[in-house]
Amino acid sequence: MNAFSEIKLIAGKDLRIEMRSRILLSQVLPFGAIVVLLFAFALDPDRGILARVAPGLFWITVLLAALLAIGRAFSIEQQHGARDGLRLAGLDGSSVFIGKAIAIAVQLAILEAVLGLTVVVLYGVEVHGVVVLVATAAAATMGLAAAGTLYGVLAAGLRARETLLPLLLLPVLAPVMLGATRAFEDGLEGVPGDAWPWVALLTVFALLYTGVGMLAFGPLWEDT
Amino acid sequence: MSEKINNRDDRSALLPRAVGRVVDSLTLVSIGALTFFGLWASPADVVQGDAQRIMYLHVPAAWAAYVAFGITTLASLLWLWPRTRSAVWDRVAGASAEIGLIFTGLTLLLGSLWGRPVWGVWWAWDARLVSTAVLFFLYLGYLAIRAVPAEPIVRARRSAITAVIVFIDVPIVHFSVNWWRTLHQKATVFNPELNPEIHGVMALTLWIGVVAFTLLYVSLLNRRYQLAYLEEGLEETALDSAILQRSGGVK
Repeated sequence: MNAFSEIKLIAGKDLRIEMRSRILLSQVLPFGAIVVLLFAFALDPDRGILARVAPGLFWITVLLAALLAIGRAFSIEQQHGARDGLRLAGLDGSSVFIGKAIAIAVQLAILEAVLGLTVVVLYGVEVHGVVVLVATAAAATMGLAAAGTLYGVLAAGLRARETLLPLLLLPVLAPVMLGATRAFEDGLEGVPGDAWPWVALLTVFALLYTGVGMLAFGPLWEDT
Repeated sequence: MSEKINNRDDRSALLPRAVGRVVDSLTLVSIGALTFFGLWASPADVVQGDAQRIMYLHVPAAWAAYVAFGITTLASLLWLWPRTRSAVWDRVAGASAEIGLIFTGLTLLLGSLWGRPVWGVWWAWDARLVSTAVLFFLYLGYLAIRAVPAEPIVRARRSAITAVIVFIDVPIVHFSVNWWRTLHQKATVFNPELNPEIHGVMALTLWIGVVAFTLLYVSLLNRRYQLAYLEEGLEETALDSAILQRSGGVK
């Protein structure tokens, strides 16, 4: 089997499990939506604060929901010796990494689309610069998925993984949060020119973590 | 597990006993010198007054933190490289990260104490402050991973890989936060031209601080390493005695 079909196999497996269990749709998405609602309780919705800080709130919500999605991506292999089975299947570590990252990225993209729409409607955001917004979201999602998969496998199988994963992942993802928020702000304010350097930064982050993940996933995977 | 840690050069102490003693003594002497120069010999700053004296601790602490995290990365890479793999590097990496975290915390704390009288605030959303805070949490995560019990080889590999991943994030954090905002004073001693902008006793005091904190770091690293070695021995002994108990004392 070549690397491409291995990747397709892993990504397909994870997405199929999601299609059947619908954890993302029935639990992670509603979680994100309630966070969006809670921000409106915390910040007075009448004074236009929400629309101004919408990019930041959106990405915080995505980050929190992503933590759940990443944890889920590894807990599905927890039972019935699934992880051992997968390890014994003789797949290449880097293919498993890419496959799982793609599955997470697809789920995050759906999450971002729905939450983005929710934010636009509930916070009254006027949408400008769609191209830059989509490019930002794509680069940020790749970064989130790559770093998330890498840290996900690191924490997978550990006893304190539920608490360990956020502690490990949130500081690492701080630049993604920062870059994506600034790029969204620039895009929405109609100065997409300022957003492109941030998109470049997000892309570098995504590529870097994809590279490191492909190298490191194999040995980490063997130990979980 | 077919792989084994190379124990041939396993050592109970990082530095030979005599060298360790010399480092410890030099550390004490240099801290004494720093105290004298920092509090008495150096003049108060024209603008910042006595608050500026905090810099004699703040800058060296930041320096020592960078050195410590650098050593953690280096030791982790040496562990990952099969030819140099040794339990020694794993212990060095962990010990250095712990000390680095303390120094980073100290840097933030001292900076905050200095910021209050000089900037008028305990905390400012300045690039270096923010990236230092993120750095603190990055290495807190690394130490959390280290704290998870596992087979020594598994734990060492996991830790080494984490250390490298964390280190890769440092420049990205630094860069992104720098773009975001910059209010911090430009580096005075370690500026790009390496041409210190302060002179005389103040510069001397700062350099004594850097030397003192570097020595302190080496001294602490040496101690922490010994402790890590003893901890590992204790774990093994505890395991042996537990097995002995379970088996009803039958050897």
